[in-house]
Amino acid sequence: MIVQLNESLLQIRDLYKRFSISGDFLDQLRFEGGKIKRHQEHVHAINGVNLDILKGEALCVVGESGCGKSTVARTVMGLLNPSSGSISYEGQRIDNMSGKALMPYRKKMQMIFQNPYASLNPRMTVSETLAEPVQFHNPKWSGAEVRDKVHEVMFSVGVDPSWGVRFPHEFSGGQRQRISIARALAVDPEFIVADEPISALDVSIQAQVLNLMMDAQEQRDLTYMFITHDLSVVEHFGTRVAVMYLGTLCELGTSEQLFDSPRHPYTQALMSAIPKLADDRPNHIKLQGEVPTPVNLPSGCVFHGRCPYADDRCKQEIPQLIVTDSGTQVACHAVEEGRI
Amino acid sequence: MNMTAIVEEQTVSNWQRFRQSHFWHSFCIDKVAQISFLVFVAYVIAALLAPLMAPFDPYDPGSIDIMNSELPPSWQEEGDATFWLGTDAQGRDLWSTILYGTRVSLMIGICAVMLQAFLGICIGLVAGYVGGKVDSLLMRLADVQLSFSTMMVAIIVLAVFQATFGTQLYQELAMVMLILVIGIAEWPQYARTVRASVLAEKEKEYVDAARVMGLRAPRIMFRHILPNTLSPILVISTVQVANAIISEAALSFLGLGMPVSQPSLGSLISSGFEYIFSGSWWITVIPGLVLIVLVLVMNLLGDWLRDVLNPKLYKG
Repeated sequence: MIVQLNESLLQIRDLYKRFSISGDFLDQLRFEGGKIKRHQEHVHAINGVNLDILKGEALCVVGESGCGKSTVARTVMGLLNPSSGSISYEGQRIDNMSGKALMPYRKKMQMIFQNPYASLNPRMTVSETLAEPVQFHNPKWSGAEVRDKVHEVMFSVGVDPSWGVRFPHEFSGGQRQRISIARALAVDPEFIVADEPISALDVSIQAQVLNLMMDAQEQRDLTYMFITHDLSVVEHFGTRVAVMYLGTLCELGTSEQLFDSPRHPYTQALMSAIPKLADDRPNHIKLQGEVPTPVNLPSGCVFHGRCPYADDRCKQEIPQLIVTDSGTQVACHAVEEGRI
Repeated sequence: MNMTAIVEEQTVSNWQRFRQSHFWHSFCIDKVAQISFLVFVAYVIAALLAPLMAPFDPYDPGSIDIMNSELPPSWQEEGDATFWLGTDAQGRDLWSTILYGTRVSLMIGICAVMLQAFLGICIGLVAGYVGGKVDSLLMRLADVQLSFSTMMVAIIVLAVFQATFGTQLYQELAMVMLILVIGIAEWPQYARTVRASVLAEKEKEYVDAARVMGLRAPRIMFRHILPNTLSPILVISTVQVANAIISEAALSFLGLGMPVSQPSLGSLISSGFEYIFSGSWWITVIPGLVLIVLVLVMNLLGDWLRDVLNPKLYKG
């Protein structure tokens, strides 16, 4: 691997995740040609993702809807079990750990969710919501210590500690999202997975929440895995960017490299779609066709059906991530062969 | 800020929150709900204070005089002023017996529903949260249970029990048996309602947040999901208490319920039924009216609760 392992906090290796869509056993039976056959269909949400998250970085994962970026996040957090592959945290494999063994990692890894209206329990006050993880992970703390910690995190996200007696429905979307950030920070994590944390917020609030997350990163020495589809956020927030398409990783590089000189044809099309003020005649790369269904994956490179540079090799062989001369990692035969 | 100040602020704001809530507001404008609630509270008070309110103790054979049997209510010509609502066939004061009977009926209704709720909530939570094979198994069990009518199960169980262990033991354990039978026969109602709510709730991100925190499944189920499924539980509870009281009355009427020495409303109706054609209508009719009003107000309250808590009618 290209990335020095001693730096990386989290390693994702050959991760696959399939979801069955053919129902239970009886639904899978079909009568074909005089025989009863078992017929199973799967959605291939993640197809062989390799990714390293380095200590202290903000890795942004971008891609269009349904490309599996949220599934990666949920698998990393243990909300989903990978179909195959492994996830390691500080060299320790965590994807097959029991609930008890995982407990120290639960404290180190936290998650911020997309929808601030659903991510707070409507029947618990803000203090209860924030005190629960603190108490759970520090069972020996006294009530006063827990309360101090809750006040500290509320203060750090700009929520007045005296509002703790209120319920989530009494807050606005931005305030709620700050409260869920506070909940993630309450156990002093090292690593936070943020699954589109600002996409449900007003544009005016988005910057506020982003800045809050960046401040928290600076003060608490956090590592982020930031799932988003908003490229302007990536430019502002991310140190490195991973571009995903149909459950595979296309390109991985620092945000400057990726925005200045995208290599993968999909990334090039994606970057060309960013509206710019200077554009008189925008030079969008228009991709042909639609994203193929993840139920029946295309053979070879998943992008070959829409790629202007695709040849026979692309249709047969799945491209692996290679390091280019600029230091980014690209999974593309055309780049490897120097055709682009 | 010291602790008492926080607590005080919390309780005051809770009361204010309740006063400002949609729940309280719709109660204030709904006459039917208010009257039903008042009548229900009156029933509960009467049931709780039966030993203080009743002029006679119907459970004490010493206070009963057979010569007083079948006296009509006091407003009728042959009535006796000591017995306001008349007496039953054994000479018991009907007013006192009704008070004690309401107590027994409510007790059986509420305890049976508590048992139903306990079983149904636990099973429904597990089925909904765990899902998969466990869910299929538990819900098929519920289907099997539902395919037997409550009355049929109750009649068979109680009749077999009575035949096996004799009437003496049966009369001693009648209340417990009724609670158990009605409680166990109706748990699928709760289990299905709770499961449906859990399926909707467990997709929400606060459940994921609790899992990411590392909380154990039982804690997530009872502390995070259960409080969010309380509205439908509350609604079916009112209806189920009324149903349980009716079931108990029906079983008592068939002679499988409370014994004559400890009458519930149902067994009182049943015991008066033999005398109704000899003109002693009050022994059956008055407890019958009491039972009807009790069940009616509970159903009205349940209807009102369902309207208030139904998010499709009101988005809060």
